[in-house]
Amino acid sequence: MTLAEKILQGDIRAAARLMRNVDDGFSSALPELMVLYPHTGKAYVIGITGPPGAGKSTLTDQITASFRARGKRVGIVAVDPTSPFTGGAILGDRIRMNRHADDEGVFIRSLATRGALGGISRSTGEVVNIMDAMGMDIVIIETVGVGQDEIDIVRMAHTTVVVMVPGLGDDIQAIKAGILEIADVFVVNKADREGADRTARELSMMIEMGNRKEGEWLPKVMKTEASRCIGIEELVAEFETHREFLSASGIIHRFTEEKNSAIFSEMLKERLFNEVYGSLLDNGELKRIVAGMGTRSVDPYSAVQEVLERFLSRPESRAA
Amino acid sequence: MAERKLRILVGKPGLDGHDRGAKVVARAFRDAGLEVIYTGLHQTPEQIVSAAIQEDVDCIGLSILSGAHNTLLPRVCDLLKEKEADDIAVFCGGVIPEDDIPGLKKSGLKEVFTPGTSTEDIVSWVKANVGC
Repeated sequence: MTLAEKILQGDIRAAARLMRNVDDGFSSALPELMVLYPHTGKAYVIGITGPPGAGKSTLTDQITASFRARGKRVGIVAVDPTSPFTGGAILGDRIRMNRHADDEGVFIRSLATRGALGGISRSTGEVVNIMDAMGMDIVIIETVGVGQDEIDIVRMAHTTVVVMVPGLGDDIQAIKAGILEIADVFVVNKADREGADRTARELSMMIEMGNRKEGEWLPKVMKTEASRCIGIEELVAEFETHREFLSASGIIHRFTEEKNSAIFSEMLKERLFNEVYGSLLDNGELKRIVAGMGTRSVDPYSAVQEVLERFLSRPESRAA
Repeated sequence: MAERKLRILVGKPGLDGHDRGAKVVARAFRDAGLEVIYTGLHQTPEQIVSAAIQEDVDCIGLSILSGAHNTLLPRVCDLLKEKEADDIAVFCGGVIPEDDIPGLKKSGLKEVFTPGTSTEDIVSWVKANVGC
């Protein structure tokens, strides 16, 4: 039986293995993903992002508990950074979620960024799809601790939560260009700390200042104390409200279309690049081009033009 | 082109609250280029095994200082067998009396590291004995 068939029958190990094959870039994963694809598109995807130490993992844990109490199955993709020096990583998000470890209705997968810069790993979309095919009703993606510009999550998640904490001072001004724009819900976590009200107020002001069109979603600012489970039910209710808004307003269709088109173009880009670049690498042409550029006998513009023309007129690339 | 990345789970079964050793070892694995899933303190064997399966790790490194190793560690190995996942290697480190080591190995532990072992030794044991 293939991994995909096993996954559709509920095999946990098969799912875990396919996720690894995807993460490691094994081409054997492709046919499996093809089989699973028709079984995806049902899960509701929630993205949790915010600076390191804001409480994303603890919040994810509490949200999961709340969905479990409603009988929903939950998949969690938790991303932590890879060391740029050794390629190693410490994936520690599970520490906060371990009470769900032996709950069969929860599947947690830790991923390392492996050099990706957008706050999630390159494999995240596929891992979400595998969880979706496993029958998870909700998939929560927890990004790495982010700063200002790591906003890949917004394409993946139906509802994006930006978690802030009091005490980061006036840097709300600084982050507004990136992160403020992607939040569907703002959470001010650790709300028992001094300055929580101020942080919440500043966020609300920032939202109100924004130029929102009629019929657009207005993000709410919610206060939580994740470690004491305060504010969680309200937050989960807000997810429901946002979800209903997306489908009632029809925005969900635009979201899905944009997401699918991004997925397709990314995949096409990657495959095309790998094919062309790989063949130049194999036949030594890349070396000649680079050497030619060094002596200025070749310019990169014509070299790319020539390579492309040759590649696109290859009979086998037409057939494929 | 594609290459397997070694993944390892580091955790502490049972009730003792001393995780310095586990953190030092986790860090050493990170520096050796492994992906370390660190599950932290107070784990039950059930939690450890299901985490290992969901994360598809190559091996499990357990740190234990409480004295409950003869109960908890064989339980981890048994559960792995039960779930047909005993291809995942298990080793441990901690305060383990010499006399207990043969019994632990018989129950399925691949290696036992006692106090004084260098992190280099542990990392090279994993690289030599675990993998795909």
